[in-house]
Amino acid sequence: MSWGIELRQVTKRYGDASSPLVVQGIDLRIRKGSLTTLLGPSGCGKTTTLRMVAGLEAPSSGQILIDGQDVTALGPSQRDVSMVFQSYALFPHMNVIDNVSYGLVVQGVDKRSAHERARATLELVGLSGFDTRWPGEMSGGQQQRVAVARSLILEPSVMLFDEPLSNLDAALRRSMREDIRALQQRLSLTVAYVTHDQSEAMAVSDQIVVMDKGCIAQQGTPRELYEAPASAFVADFMGEAMIMDAHVDAQGCVRLGPLQAPARQATAPGPVKVAVRPQAWTVDDRGASGLPGKVLHCAYLGAVLELKVRTELGDIFVVCNQVRSPWAVDSEVSLQWTDQGVSVLPA
Amino acid sequence: MGLVWVLAAGLGLLTLLGGGFAIGLQGWAFEFLNGWWGPLPAGQIGMGLGAVVVLAALLMVLGCGLARLGACRGNAFVACAVVFCSALLLLFVALPVGKSLLGAFIDDTGRGSLQALAERLGHERVWGLSCLAGGVRCGVAWNTLFLALLTAAGTTVMGLVLALLSERGRFRFGGALRLLALLPIITPPFVVGLGLILLFGRAGLVNQVLEWAFGLPPTRWFYGLFGTWLAQMFAFTPIAFMIIRGVVQGISPSLEEAAQTLRASRQHTFMSVTLPLLKPGLANAFLVGFIESIADFGNPIIVGGQYAVLSTEIFFAIVGAQYDQGRAASLALILTGFALAVFFLQQRVLGRASYTTVSGKGDGGMPLTLPEGLRRLCWTLGIPWLIFTAVVYLFAFSGGFVQTWGRDFTPTWAHFKTAFDIQWSTHGLVWAGSAWNSLFTTFKLAAIAAPLCAALGLTISWLLARTEFAGQRAFEFSALLAFAIPGTVLGVSYILAFNVPPFELTGTALIIVLCFIFRNVPVGVRAGTASFKQLDRSLDEASAMLRAGTATTLRRVVLPLLKPALVAALVYSFVRSMTTVSAVIFLVTAENELATTYIIGRVGNGDYGVALAYCSVLIVLMSLATAAIQALVGERQLGRRVSDHRSHPAGVMA
Repeated sequence: MSWGIELRQVTKRYGDASSPLVVQGIDLRIRKGSLTTLLGPSGCGKTTTLRMVAGLEAPSSGQILIDGQDVTALGPSQRDVSMVFQSYALFPHMNVIDNVSYGLVVQGVDKRSAHERARATLELVGLSGFDTRWPGEMSGGQQQRVAVARSLILEPSVMLFDEPLSNLDAALRRSMREDIRALQQRLSLTVAYVTHDQSEAMAVSDQIVVMDKGCIAQQGTPRELYEAPASAFVADFMGEAMIMDAHVDAQGCVRLGPLQAPARQATAPGPVKVAVRPQAWTVDDRGASGLPGKVLHCAYLGAVLELKVRTELGDIFVVCNQVRSPWAVDSEVSLQWTDQGVSVLPA
Repeated sequence: MGLVWVLAAGLGLLTLLGGGFAIGLQGWAFEFLNGWWGPLPAGQIGMGLGAVVVLAALLMVLGCGLARLGACRGNAFVACAVVFCSALLLLFVALPVGKSLLGAFIDDTGRGSLQALAERLGHERVWGLSCLAGGVRCGVAWNTLFLALLTAAGTTVMGLVLALLSERGRFRFGGALRLLALLPIITPPFVVGLGLILLFGRAGLVNQVLEWAFGLPPTRWFYGLFGTWLAQMFAFTPIAFMIIRGVVQGISPSLEEAAQTLRASRQHTFMSVTLPLLKPGLANAFLVGFIESIADFGNPIIVGGQYAVLSTEIFFAIVGAQYDQGRAASLALILTGFALAVFFLQQRVLGRASYTTVSGKGDGGMPLTLPEGLRRLCWTLGIPWLIFTAVVYLFAFSGGFVQTWGRDFTPTWAHFKTAFDIQWSTHGLVWAGSAWNSLFTTFKLAAIAAPLCAALGLTISWLLARTEFAGQRAFEFSALLAFAIPGTVLGVSYILAFNVPPFELTGTALIIVLCFIFRNVPVGVRAGTASFKQLDRSLDEASAMLRAGTATTLRRVVLPLLKPALVAALVYSFVRSMTTVSAVIFLVTAENELATTYIIGRVGNGDYGVALAYCSVLIVLMSLATAAIQALVGERQLGRRVSDHRSHPAGVMA
């Protein structure tokens, strides 16, 4: 099987051999026609990795293949790749139609047919009739669509998105990410997508690659990453989680103080670390069985309550949807958990 | 494959240059070659156009070969640009300067000797301090340093005063200040000196009044340290003003507001917040003033009198009766040493934290108005200064319209007629005035040099800002270093280095054009670097991602967006070529006389009327040329909302 994008032992350092590796030997494969997200905190090397696929940075070592062909030595203009930039990078001295047809025009396509195809591409992103607008006259979302159209026009085998939604407001971000995903599926594009927003990654991706300090921390489907995080870092980054010391008994049950839950994957008996989501907890009056605690703080957020509860296992952050009656500070409660939000971390 | 290319090109360059340098006009250039192969029957003349073409071709082959070996990430365009720019800098800056400075080591018999160097460098006339002990005069090096310190300190103070006045002083004549900032750019540097002579010279107004009122006989008291210093003050204060004003504008008002909300008085806020934030700018203005002063040639030669500085001494060592290359070279060595020392200091100052970078975040604060006492001080210093400047320029301007300054103030066109007379004769139009020749030559050479200079400067800035290649740091450093060389030194170097084969250029117009180009390249580099900082790098990257090659990206994306920098580089290099004195005064010949050297010559003959008339014409022409280039290159179209509805009707209809 040939992969859309394949990275083999790719490293990157800026400066001479003594400077630290920004990307430390990444192996990565992205299926054709799928959307893969590189997710991680800032400085984890995700954008550098994307720019190496684009050809904007040269890897310090390793190989990059696109459609099975080694492109490591090729410059950006020689690769069958296009990219949507975080800042959109629309040429400010060209109007919309000239921006979109730029890729064709520099190939030597005559202006008339280039404009025709550009119009068709603009229609694809829902921007018909904006031909003569200037980038400065458009809203952020419209500029974003122009940028997408511009990189679509060369029908590249791979499209790269570098934090494409980070300059948009929250409502627009949600609709734009749906549009990008729909477009990707309709044209079955191979896409690598960089973001630091966990919910955005989960909403659009076939596969998520979580990166940390220049290494791949874990890769898999959104569900795999959320439900079976491979490390405390991934658990915390894919939605909040509290890492706690627990142990697994002979029956394979996870025990944490008075609480227990069946482990989702077979685990050898002994001490383990578990990641518990804030949503895993339910709060009851004191008296019921469970983990006793005292409310330190309670905030009403409409759909949910956020509590901080002091227990013998430490202060626990709880998000619960029983919003009818907020808990008074200092009230005695007992905490229960549902096995939905509890994952055992591999040792 | 790449290796073959590189080796072939290297071999070609080696033979070409080796052959060129080994054989001089009269046989072997080096004694030992006579011993190896016996004397040659004939020498060879300098390289011609053909050799230049071969040289360029070999450099291209070298660049492409290096790219194939993986340099510059395999980008042949970038590799060729790097090789070409480096070769130009080597050939026209490093080679001449190095060669002429080496001249300081060569004694009268033509042998290299450290003793000769030590003798020249340590000479009483250079480092003597007898003036402190009541002697006649100090060494020329001390003179230069002393003048430079005074000028740097003075221009920094006046620059600060004017900057505070214009930005914080509730001063309503901002237009006048902007004009003042523009003046030194479009006027030849010695105009101020001439204006001051009309005021304070032997036949100047002040002496006339003194004679009339008190019967004091007019003397040449003005010529010397004081006169040169005053002329430099007027000439260089605008530069300090521009530097400091930029820094004042960059100070975020919210910092001062923060200080005031913490109960600091205006006085205290200024002393504890504003002034410390200005420090890097003040240091930079001081160093720039220092450099300008030691490199200045026009003012010392006009009003210096007996007060000798390095730049004029170098001139007299070459063109005077003494014709002493070794002395000129050793003085040039000292001057270069000063310039480089200040250059390194400046790099350190600029390298350290500047607190005033514009963050891009909105800053709605109101800048602090000056404390009352300081405001009054600024007014009392700044306003007379402005008036005085206006008077000096006015005098310089009107000097061309009177018969003989100081003796006969009858208005006349005679000077303009002498210089710029046009007659109709049987042969048609005749440019009969004595100045036409030099004016046309200057215009032509400056017009040839300006686009080349802008192209080279912007290319270098692009290489520095947007590409990566091995040795980039070294390239950047040597480029900056090359630009710190004072004009006088560059001029001397050109005449000493290019008067023998293989690069024999002395006496040609080409050497003047080259001098214009390499003297003014820093302006292009600076303009380009500043613009690249503002241009989002992802625009170039987006173009590359859309399969545009490097050359296409430059042509279609970078250049259109770089138009302001292009205009600036073109205007500055053209205008500065027209008005420069120091570098080209060594290179002119009777055939290729330039406007500035012609004027200096008139001044030397005491022919102030013609000189001033010529200056006025130059100033008017410079203003026109500046406007013309601006119109020719045009504004860059950015399609912003505001400007758009006027300039792009199509956008409104859509």
